[in-house]
Amino acid sequence: MSTEHLTEMIVFGALFLLVSGMGFVAARWRRPGTMDSLDEWGLGGRSFGSWITWFLIGGDLYTAYTFVAVPALVFGAGAAGFYAVPYTIVVYPLVFLVLIRLWSVSHVHGFVTPADFVRARFGSPTLALVIAVTGIVATMPYIALQLVGIEAVLKAMGVDGHLPIVIAFAILAAYTYQSGLRAPALIAFVKDILIYLVIIVAVLYIPSKLGGWGHVFDTAQAKFDKTPVPSDGILLDGTNQLNYAMLALGSALALFLYPHSITGVLASKNRNVIKRNMAALPAYSFVLGLIALLGLMAIAAGIKPVVTDGKADTNTVVPLLFDHMFPSWFTGVAYAAIGIGALVPAAIMSIAAANLFTRNIYKEYLRKDATEKQEAAVSKLVSLIVKVGAVACILLLDPEFSIDLQLIGGVIILQTLPAVALGLVTRWFHRGALVAGWAGAWRPACGCCTGSPTRPRARPTSEARPTS
Amino acid sequence: MAANDTSQESPPGERRSDRSPWNWLLVVPVVVPLLTLLFNKDEPRLAGFPAFYWMQFAFIPLGVLCTVLVYRMTRKRG
Repeated sequence: MSTEHLTEMIVFGALFLLVSGMGFVAARWRRPGTMDSLDEWGLGGRSFGSWITWFLIGGDLYTAYTFVAVPALVFGAGAAGFYAVPYTIVVYPLVFLVLIRLWSVSHVHGFVTPADFVRARFGSPTLALVIAVTGIVATMPYIALQLVGIEAVLKAMGVDGHLPIVIAFAILAAYTYQSGLRAPALIAFVKDILIYLVIIVAVLYIPSKLGGWGHVFDTAQAKFDKTPVPSDGILLDGTNQLNYAMLALGSALALFLYPHSITGVLASKNRNVIKRNMAALPAYSFVLGLIALLGLMAIAAGIKPVVTDGKADTNTVVPLLFDHMFPSWFTGVAYAAIGIGALVPAAIMSIAAANLFTRNIYKEYLRKDATEKQEAAVSKLVSLIVKVGAVACILLLDPEFSIDLQLIGGVIILQTLPAVALGLVTRWFHRGALVAGWAGAWRPACGCCTGSPTRPRARPTSEARPTS
Repeated sequence: MAANDTSQESPPGERRSDRSPWNWLLVVPVVVPLLTLLFNKDEPRLAGFPAFYWMQFAFIPLGVLCTVLVYRMTRKRG
């Protein structure tokens, strides 16, 4: 730790404390009669209007890891990393009709999780269990990856070691326990305002200092021309065009199958809120596109990633770019935006995973007569356990490995598509067939991520997944 | 209309009321951004941005436009 980053650390720390305070106060925001039910703790009373939902889902889907990993991929590979933009354009019209139907059904029957829907639709607790376990397993590495975002910022400030992350997550766990979904909903306002502020300043200020946008693109192309890899560059080459489109489409299909995305949708108060948000959420895609271009700016600014243990960590390029270009107080604001950006989705994900456990495992198999109060108590407890698990993932495993896990998570969550998404459209599928199909898909799904020769090419995918 | 939002919800038996020919408009923003042939080129540049980048940015308002149209055209049917 050195004094040159002192201002950054003070600004970062102050903003971090501010949102932590908000997290605890959130329990009293839009005050419920009681927090002792999943509808209140886990879905914020199902009462969020258009604005809150926009901030909540935006904060949920576009995370710290996004801001760090997407530009890191563009920094390394160029145009291929820009797939995050078509991905987040395609996703909303794709799920528009499906989500409003899911909302309606869930509202009428009081469903809290996608697995609740599957259980009622197909009359099969087993299928619901399968969906719930898949959701939890896919979400865990997602939460762990949020820590990678914070870690990148800390590294850029010269802070090493895991203690700061453990403390940050302990605070996060405490206010999520107390305030439930209201905490990330309230913090999302701060997070998004900071992000918009930082990005607008960055895209106006940095290119002008680097000699204009045209120069940024040309310098990046010149750098890619010098590398031996043929597929990088500021345009796609012939062979990776199909990859680009399929990556965007596949990611879009998977996004709203994740339990935390559904949690944000079910917390809204009516169908029109969802419809309006499907139209308004692409505003974030615009910001995401600009964030992706930070990768090219980093090339033009001659940024060299932080090297730890002999390995260059490209996730640090954006924090370093900020450090290089901005006065240190504003760098602190930018770092806080990334750090807080990790807290919102991590909280929502842990709530979603906890709800799955409570509704589809605890109430289904362990205690059929659980009251609403008991459900809420179990969910709160499980949300803590999930976070401990996520921190353990980072502390005990190689970060590379959690990235692989997260990639596999994207593939396995897609195995729930037939039951959840197609189940909304038709009853035609048989529950036995759905379970069998899910089981059968595991081998090829995992095989394609772990064993096949395509793996090296698949790797950047995981690093760039904007929703993690 | 914001005041009586909740009263507009269709009863569970009427979920089919989602149907409308306007929904087909949603296909446009799903398909167009995936057609890389349309935009994978450098020229013409716009404010220094190669076509690859500014065209994909332009698909965002296209998607918003289509979604808003579908929302407004199907709203009264709910």
